[in-house]
Amino acid sequence: MPRTIIPFGPQHPVLPEPIHLDLVVEDEKVVEARPSIGFVHRGLEKLAEKKDYVEFVYVAERICGICSFIHGQTYCQAIETLMNVQVPPRALYLRTAWGELSRIHSHLLWLGLMADGMGFESLFMHSWRVREKVLNIIEATTGGRVIFGSCKIGGVRRDMNAETIRNLLQELDAIEKDMRQITRVFLDDNSVKSRLSGIGVLPKQEAHDLGCVGPMLRASGVAQDMRTLGYAAFKDIGVEPVTRAEGDCYARCAVRCEELFQSVGIIRQALEKIPDGDIAVKVTGNPAGETIARTEQPRGEVVYHLKANGTKNLQRFRVRTPTFANLPAMLKVLPGCDLADVPMIVLTIDPCISCAER
Amino acid sequence: MNPEPIELITLDTLLDKVRAKREAGCRLVQVSATRLPDQVELTYSFDLNSRLASLRLSLPGAAPRVPSISGIYGCAFLYENEIHDLFNVQVDGMAVDFKGNLYKLAVRFPFGSTQAPCAPTGAAPAATPTQ
Amino acid sequence: MGYFEMSKLALKWALTKPPTSRYPFEPRRALAGSRGQLVFTKDSCVYCTVCAKKCPTGALLVNRAQKKWAIDRLRCISCGYCVEICPKKSLDLSTSHGSPAVTRDREFH
Repeated sequence: MPRTIIPFGPQHPVLPEPIHLDLVVEDEKVVEARPSIGFVHRGLEKLAEKKDYVEFVYVAERICGICSFIHGQTYCQAIETLMNVQVPPRALYLRTAWGELSRIHSHLLWLGLMADGMGFESLFMHSWRVREKVLNIIEATTGGRVIFGSCKIGGVRRDMNAETIRNLLQELDAIEKDMRQITRVFLDDNSVKSRLSGIGVLPKQEAHDLGCVGPMLRASGVAQDMRTLGYAAFKDIGVEPVTRAEGDCYARCAVRCEELFQSVGIIRQALEKIPDGDIAVKVTGNPAGETIARTEQPRGEVVYHLKANGTKNLQRFRVRTPTFANLPAMLKVLPGCDLADVPMIVLTIDPCISCAER
Repeated sequence: MNPEPIELITLDTLLDKVRAKREAGCRLVQVSATRLPDQVELTYSFDLNSRLASLRLSLPGAAPRVPSISGIYGCAFLYENEIHDLFNVQVDGMAVDFKGNLYKLAVRFPFGSTQAPCAPTGAAPAATPTQ
Repeated sequence: MGYFEMSKLALKWALTKPPTSRYPFEPRRALAGSRGQLVFTKDSCVYCTVCAKKCPTGALLVNRAQKKWAIDRLRCISCGYCVEICPKKSLDLSTSHGSPAVTRDREFH
């Protein structure tokens, strides 16, 4: 059988992200996938030499446009660990609530893209209709739609008063109802099931060995969620990782669908239990030492490795984004699949190539 | 937050240590490098049941070379290519070698040396390490 | 396993008013807490240059001698850091985003 090389990306209708794959195909079967990334390397890690550690919160938030809040939060947590800052509990609860709102909006965005990728346009529109409601909550409480800008070292910038919280919880009920209707289509509809089931299967052991993170790992049956580490308010709010055993595209879709409702539950708990008090403490001095902070992004575990030497600028700022960890698994799963299934497999890792390249 | 243990290792024990981690069932979390004035530090972080443990390897600042761990952890090739592209660390025997083309960079090896760092802003003195 | 799960949703929305607005004719209502354009109040400013020093993007420029305050709108990220630290409360973020900046010129006040 002669082999053909089909280029996929960096501009591809299903994925507006700059990743290029050279797909070696035999007939319609992919036998090898050669990746090439790095088209949009922004050098944010180098920027730590120019911006001081306080300003750098803004840079950290801009690593990714979708999971921006948790990037900022992780960075702040890492700096707070280095400087031994005790963040007020109210700030921790607010961070948790915003973090979960960002997870809902990211997962809804992904569900929309997934529906769009498999050609289910009306489902795509409805996913994003619900996402817009979440974005409105985010904008009303933080001031930004995707770049929240509400996290700072030592706490948060904005508070929510009792009325805002009441309205938010009411709105959340409506959003949950909408999400039930949408996820029913994703989880039960025959057309979606037959498009996704049995495609891109990643066995449990392989997922673990390839260093997968987030929904990709959990869909293969490994119950690992960084929220169980108990950062922010998760020490008071229990999180049970959502897992699936199948490890195929459908399982990854189902994990994300279930996480939507898990996040709704966490936001409810966080805002009902939220303690009164200050939302920020004053931070003085410069950080010194070294730390590795990990949190759970919508896309998986993010790792911040910070090294500081007592000056205003960090000596080393290193981020390992979830997509970077999931890329090897994607390349592992691609050989053996049909050419027509490539977009589905690439989408189910929820690729954010720009944030993988920082 | 629990402090993450960092174990100092040497170049000749690297592969054995990493293999032991693999046999213990650890997941490779990340490989990162730090450029210090006279050396390059590599940090290999592993996760076992949500506990992080790291291996720390110090390399000489000039022409650092390190063997690849991608034979043990297949997914390490991306980290190693990244370290090569950004830090000019020669990694021998990577499973997939992009030959310096993983990232399309305007500056070759941006962290390659401490000779030409960006000027820090404000009154901060130039980076002087405490360790 | 279900069939035509979408039809109920589709039918419902075929009979409902669209959730989108007809944008240019119906301007977007600003949300109360939205971070929009930076507004400068000249009267209370003492030209202390704190905002210019702290601006993370370097969008602000203050000249104490000439009593001039300038902003590069294309650089401003509406983060609100300057609003927080302004000792005289001369800066504020409005909820609207204003008209788009089309040139790289600084706006002088």
